[in-house]
Amino acid sequence: MTNLKYRLLTIVLLVLASVWALYPRTVVERVKRDGVFVFDTIQRVPLKRGLDLVGGMHLTLEIDESKGAVANKSEALDRALTVVRSRIDEFGVAEPVVQKIGNDRIAVELPGIDDPDRATAVVQKAAWLQFQITDKTQAFERNVARFDGILRDKGIVAAAKSDSGKGAAKPALPNLFAAGDTGKKAAGDSSAADSIKSSNGPFATKVGKAPGSDPGMFMVAESDRDEIDAYLQHPDIQAAIPPGKQIKWGADTIMAGNVAYRGLYVLDARPIITGDYLTDAKPNTVPGEGTIVEFQLNNEGGRRFKSETGKHVRDYMAIVLDDRVMSAPVIQSAIGTRGQITMGGSGLQAAQDLALVLRAGALPVPLIVADRRTIGASLGQDSIDKSIRAGVVAIVAVVLIMLVYYRGSGVMAVAGLVLYVLYTLAVLAGFGATLTLPGLAGFVLGIGIAVDANVLIFERIREELDHGKSVRTAIDEGFKHAMTAIIDTNVSTALTALVLYQYGTGPVKGFAVTLLAGLAATLVACVFSVRTFYLVWLNRNRGVESLSI
Amino acid sequence: MLRILHGTNIDFIKYWRTAAVLTVAFIFVGIGSALFKGGFPLSIEFTGGTLMQLEFTTAPDVSKLRSTLDAAGIRGAEITTFGSSRDFTIRAQEPEQVAAQAAGAEKVATQIEAALRAAYGEGAFKVGRVESVGPRVGAELARGAVYAILISFAVTLAYLAWRFEWRFGLSAVLATAHDILTTIAFIKLLHLEISLTVIAAILTVIGYSLNDTIIIFDRVRENLHKNRKMPFYDLLNLSVNETLPRSILTHATTLAATISLLLLAGEVIRPFAWVMSFGIFTGTFSSVYVASPILMWVENKYPRANEARGTTRPKP
Repeated sequence: MTNLKYRLLTIVLLVLASVWALYPRTVVERVKRDGVFVFDTIQRVPLKRGLDLVGGMHLTLEIDESKGAVANKSEALDRALTVVRSRIDEFGVAEPVVQKIGNDRIAVELPGIDDPDRATAVVQKAAWLQFQITDKTQAFERNVARFDGILRDKGIVAAAKSDSGKGAAKPALPNLFAAGDTGKKAAGDSSAADSIKSSNGPFATKVGKAPGSDPGMFMVAESDRDEIDAYLQHPDIQAAIPPGKQIKWGADTIMAGNVAYRGLYVLDARPIITGDYLTDAKPNTVPGEGTIVEFQLNNEGGRRFKSETGKHVRDYMAIVLDDRVMSAPVIQSAIGTRGQITMGGSGLQAAQDLALVLRAGALPVPLIVADRRTIGASLGQDSIDKSIRAGVVAIVAVVLIMLVYYRGSGVMAVAGLVLYVLYTLAVLAGFGATLTLPGLAGFVLGIGIAVDANVLIFERIREELDHGKSVRTAIDEGFKHAMTAIIDTNVSTALTALVLYQYGTGPVKGFAVTLLAGLAATLVACVFSVRTFYLVWLNRNRGVESLSI
Repeated sequence: MLRILHGTNIDFIKYWRTAAVLTVAFIFVGIGSALFKGGFPLSIEFTGGTLMQLEFTTAPDVSKLRSTLDAAGIRGAEITTFGSSRDFTIRAQEPEQVAAQAAGAEKVATQIEAALRAAYGEGAFKVGRVESVGPRVGAELARGAVYAILISFAVTLAYLAWRFEWRFGLSAVLATAHDILTTIAFIKLLHLEISLTVIAAILTVIGYSLNDTIIIFDRVRENLHKNRKMPFYDLLNLSVNETLPRSILTHATTLAATISLLLLAGEVIRPFAWVMSFGIFTGTFSSVYVASPILMWVENKYPRANEARGTTRPKP
């Protein structure tokens, strides 16, 4: 009798604990609405839903080693992780997950994101800001003939003739080098201009100079860009670039006539300052200039910036972001702690995003997307609805089967099943497990499997009754003998679930977790509780002769 | 008391030859089809590639869809409808597309979306789901899946060896191997795509089929102690017959769950539900017709030394 009391007490406590674990509670969520962070207070059941159910984006990033190996990957990744995390925090997503996987990956989960490309760009942007003075020594002009010569000698350009022919066919080319030569900017070195004219390789014919443009700034038709870029990447050309100089592309294209041109800048390799000194960045719209990002440097950065720009008054300073020249304004006077980056054609949102990544800091290593999954929110809700429908149908079917077949004992099994559903969900909520679509499928499947324990027990009780045992003994023996099989089956399924948990990714992990939670719930709900129900029933009906089973 | 197949005395083991021929034929057809008709369709999780699920506002022409993709340089993409004629799944997992994703997994998806927007206009379709997997991640997941299957196999073997004696363990493991083979054959014959979820289903089938085998073997173990004089052949039959009502009922409830998943839970979970439904069938089959005859064969070959049991079975 006391034994029975403890059993009942245990069940009551477990049910209370489960109800408490599942009771809808108030959660404060930080969400971004109309570009502003707001705190939302909502009531909901504390079951975490995976990305495939709420919609959103999963992103795995790894270190991009295509442009050179990274020495200490794990440590570099840790620093990248901090940067990514602070960027995501500012981007404004409810319950984001940013974590390191192994030694070379970062996983980012952003529930409810609606513009995956933008979010990816924000996470992935290196945001490596540099200020470099454009070249004043005509380093490129003087070397064009040499570059073209290298291309010819190495056989990279097979037939210079056809190349120059193609180049000459472009109607817009005359306003390039030839025009630049006669322009006032080309006054410096006439021999350099001569050498350009005399050479007819791709550099001479396809890289031009607009009249009146900044020193060190050239123009390449957008259609020739890939070709010229391939030449520039060539190791022999790289080696021929004068020491202390760098060649970088502009970020935007400029329309001249009907042809889009992209800037090609020759820069002093040493940056006068980098984005490391940046303390704040804000987007802004200025009439006449369009969208800009204003930034502020810290005191040390400001001092250095001031002294460097002071030395370079009237020179042109290229603002280089991720190896692309954003703009190259002339330095009117020494600049202190404040500056700005003009965004060219891109809009306010791009400026907002740039300001955000600049504030969060540069990525210490380049990252590439190793895999990306996005799920629309409506699709996730659809999955939930469908799973619930399947679950309800499964429960109804199982309940009917048990009631029709086992009658009175079936009622106990159904009561056990109700507890099973409650316990499983409570365990999932209690451990903060994430519910995924395969997880929901596992849950529905679990309903079918959970009653197996009861079926085993009931069949055993029937056998014992057939052997002429009394009801009380039959129930005792039934539970006792069925136990070994129940334990064995549960353990073997649990082992499989553990392996799945270890090797599965997100959704499959969710499946393994529901399976495990279900197994634990089976033992408590379908074995322990149903046994207690029998004991209560036996207690009420002493000397009972028959059992409805 | 409602009873199904109670107190039966069916000679299940007698039909083991027929059963063996049938199951081996099934496995051969399935695996043979995989060998000669181009392997298994693997999901992009394993091969790398891009999967996009799109919902158009009006049903588009599939050939135009294909030519749009071809023009955008996405050749050989698989375009399938599901649910309605407005819902499409595009799978780009040709080697060149996978290679393009080494430089950033999202590239191909962005390319496809841009091409479709240009061809069909803004708002003509909604992107429901996009999965882009780079080649390295794909290869790692594939390796992980193989490890998962092998390790769960080894772990269950170890558990069985510990719980039962080796004769039972060996038979159960061979029966499980049979289940994996028939399930794989089934997957091939139904042209299901092997994804991580399907692998999870296969592993669950392994667990489920082991349950069945364990329950019969548990009864065999018990009967071995009870009926010391009974020939093993009869003892096996007795055990299968005794556990028959339980098998029928459990499979009814589990099938009720998997069939409602199959019919109601939607496209994404359907392959999982198919594999589970088949697995319940093959698991039951193998417990009776694979595990039991093998156990009998092992008992004949390596009889228990201390027991005077008639191990010879009557010729079927």
